[in-house]
Amino acid sequence: MQLRVRALETVLTEKGYVDPAALDLLIETYETKIGPRNGARVVARAWVDADYRARLFRDATPAIAELGYAGRQGEHIVALENTPEVHNMVVCTLCSCYPWPVLGLPPVWYKSAPYRSRAVADPRGVLAEFGVTLPPETEIRVWDSTSEIRYLVVPMRPAGTDGWSEERLAALVTRDSMIGTGLPKSPADLTR
Amino acid sequence: MNGAHDLGGMHGFGPVEPEPNEPVFHAEWEKRAFALTLAMAMPGRWNIDMSRFARENRPPAEYLSMSYYQIWFAALEQMLKERGLVGDDEIAAGHSLRPPKPVERILSPADVAKVLYRGGPTEREPRTAPAFKPGDKVRAKVMNPRTHTRLPRYARGHVGVIARVIGFHVFPDSNAIGAGEDPHWLYAVRFDGRELWGPQGDPRSSVSIDAWEPYLEPA
Repeated sequence: MQLRVRALETVLTEKGYVDPAALDLLIETYETKIGPRNGARVVARAWVDADYRARLFRDATPAIAELGYAGRQGEHIVALENTPEVHNMVVCTLCSCYPWPVLGLPPVWYKSAPYRSRAVADPRGVLAEFGVTLPPETEIRVWDSTSEIRYLVVPMRPAGTDGWSEERLAALVTRDSMIGTGLPKSPADLTR
Repeated sequence: MNGAHDLGGMHGFGPVEPEPNEPVFHAEWEKRAFALTLAMAMPGRWNIDMSRFARENRPPAEYLSMSYYQIWFAALEQMLKERGLVGDDEIAAGHSLRPPKPVERILSPADVAKVLYRGGPTEREPRTAPAFKPGDKVRAKVMNPRTHTRLPRYARGHVGVIARVIGFHVFPDSNAIGAGEDPHWLYAVRFDGRELWGPQGDPRSSVSIDAWEPYLEPA
């Protein structure tokens, strides 16, 4: 693949269709600037700021843009609220739709056949493979990203974090907790 | 199309295997294939629905045996060839053998941040009133187009409830075949686990899909 991709890049560069410096910049952006730390900041803000939380669930796209995150594969974002009664989980069975501005590029498992085939039909079984066991009475809502709407799960704030700063809270927010295949870390996890 | 990409509900792929501390890319070529795909959308002038169709429109055995970025790269090559931007002989030679076809513009380094931040919104000014409101019961139509559609097979024929009216959005089934944006009302439609999967379904779970009005009928 390395040779095939390099050959095509050479052809496209020689023809003047691409500027390799723009390619470098695209790669650098998704390797270093756009990733799940962005989403973690959004969630932490929603945990500490009730007004922000209300704006986020009313219309997530502008609320997320307040923190500077917007654009490609996040043009229309909907935030999903996890509660003791309802757990949300996001998949794209048809391809790999994922909210890039807040979570970065999707991990391989999210794009893989096992996850895409089973998240909709056996969500509890999939969660168990991620080590997440919910009470049997908890309702699971799976969101299949079939349009340009991108879903961001806002997990519940962990117990024992009263008075924590936004920065400290953001460190508890994992990527998987914002997809719905994980839960946030607990304060004890941080010291482990 | 009823392709191998439409995976919801299939059996036999085994467990989900998360990779601890996964890197963003797993090889140098993945980075270049990713960036080339993003950058070429500008001179290539294809839309996102055309590129999704180029990825899913391949023999099922091939689709399932390729990695994600292999699929992206194969679709990129195909779209470049279809539009006459690159020839098979040039791909084989690894060099340009002919003058370029004129293109309107290319992605410059100075524009990268701006283009990514702007993205490609798909919401349009509504031209009609929505036919459904939250709480309405709807059936996902039974349809089997050979062209691109975003109505997954597992939902077709099943009855769900409108969970929310999302907005008036570009219709991929039309946009993918170059027939224009033809925007329609888009809804989140919730289906109970038992409705979709019968006795094997989880009675305490539901699946929501985003469905455009032409996918739905009153139930």
